[in-house]
Amino acid sequence: MTSGGLPLPRSRARPTEPRQESTNLADILERVLDKGIVIAGDIRVNLLDIELLTIKIRLLVASVDKAREMGIDWWEHDPTLSSGRGDLAEQNRLLRERVDELEAGRATELGGSPPAAGSVEAAPDDSAEPPRRARKPERRPERPTERRRPRDG
Amino acid sequence: MADSVVYLYAVTDAAPAEERTDEPVLAGVDGVPVRRVVSGDLAAVVSSVDPTRFSEEALRRSLEDLQWLERTARAHDAVVAGVARSGPVAPVRLATVYLDDENVHALLDERAAEFTAALDRIRGRTEWGVKGFAVRSEGDTSPQVTEDSKPGTAYLMRRRAERDRAARGLQDAAEAAEAVHQEMSALAVASRRYQPQDPRLSGRHEEMVLNVAYLVNEAGAEALRRLVGQQGGQNLRLELTGPWAPYSFATLEEQA
Repeated sequence: MTSGGLPLPRSRARPTEPRQESTNLADILERVLDKGIVIAGDIRVNLLDIELLTIKIRLLVASVDKAREMGIDWWEHDPTLSSGRGDLAEQNRLLRERVDELEAGRATELGGSPPAAGSVEAAPDDSAEPPRRARKPERRPERPTERRRPRDG
Repeated sequence: MADSVVYLYAVTDAAPAEERTDEPVLAGVDGVPVRRVVSGDLAAVVSSVDPTRFSEEALRRSLEDLQWLERTARAHDAVVAGVARSGPVAPVRLATVYLDDENVHALLDERAAEFTAALDRIRGRTEWGVKGFAVRSEGDTSPQVTEDSKPGTAYLMRRRAERDRAARGLQDAAEAAEAVHQEMSALAVASRRYQPQDPRLSGRHEEMVLNVAYLVNEAGAEALRRLVGQQGGQNLRLELTGPWAPYSFATLEEQA
């Protein structure tokens, strides 16, 4: 991201020269939200409810493409965030494979004891219903669940 | 409901009109030109905004919309910066909205002394932001791993060495930042330290170890630039932003 800094050093100090257009949004928000004179206007808003970080994370969750258009792409380089971009179908397929694997493993482990009615083994492959009895699939950090869904907070 | 409500950007000197004839008309929030509400020696810089979009309810929603927030914040800052070009300015926090000009007038009257004091404090001065980032030293010599160390031991030692080096680098950077801050404070009329920005927010990998706003006069600004230009040592990278309108210093609290 660009910074609002000016070339250094300069031969003349002109305190009133205009800043670059590309001034970092975070720097602007830091000032216009956190600083400046606080006067209770006629319309009450509580800016203290707003966390800059939350805003940015919400942006990420809500509208990745818009953010990219704005040149905000910091998460692209964030290993904890950049991995889950596979499309839904692919994720679905992998999750099913994983469930099948786990189910198969469980069946072996239990020595093939008869499963309850409507068991997963008997269910068709494209069953949308996740097996209730299955152990929780292990966490797979390289494929987190869909991350564009808005979260609480 | 009224046709419009009044968005307040900043308070400034009520300079004589002839001093502002060549001043470009500033566009404010939603592109509406700003105007001045004058009372005595003070002028409030305002623009009319749509009451349906600046109601409490609408604002609560809009403030969560980063696109709206960015547009509004940039417009707000552009007006404040524009006013700063022609005189002292006391910026007001984003989204300060009054029902009509009368109420803005009343505000100027009621708090005239405080506004005047705030403007006097920052007259002829500008705010600069200085951020310091810890620089990772890559080529450092790591503690020796002997040839006959077991692979596991060697790995752990390497990991520990990396961790130690990172911690040392951070501490060195923090100390360098402290020294720079002392030096810069001496140049400044006032300074205000802020929390380092979270790396996720700043979009940087480097750890921020310094985040300060300095209020300086013209000579001080020049010296500050020079200092930042010299950088703070090999462990610290300094970044300057500004000039800003004195957001951090034009406060209404009576403070020295």
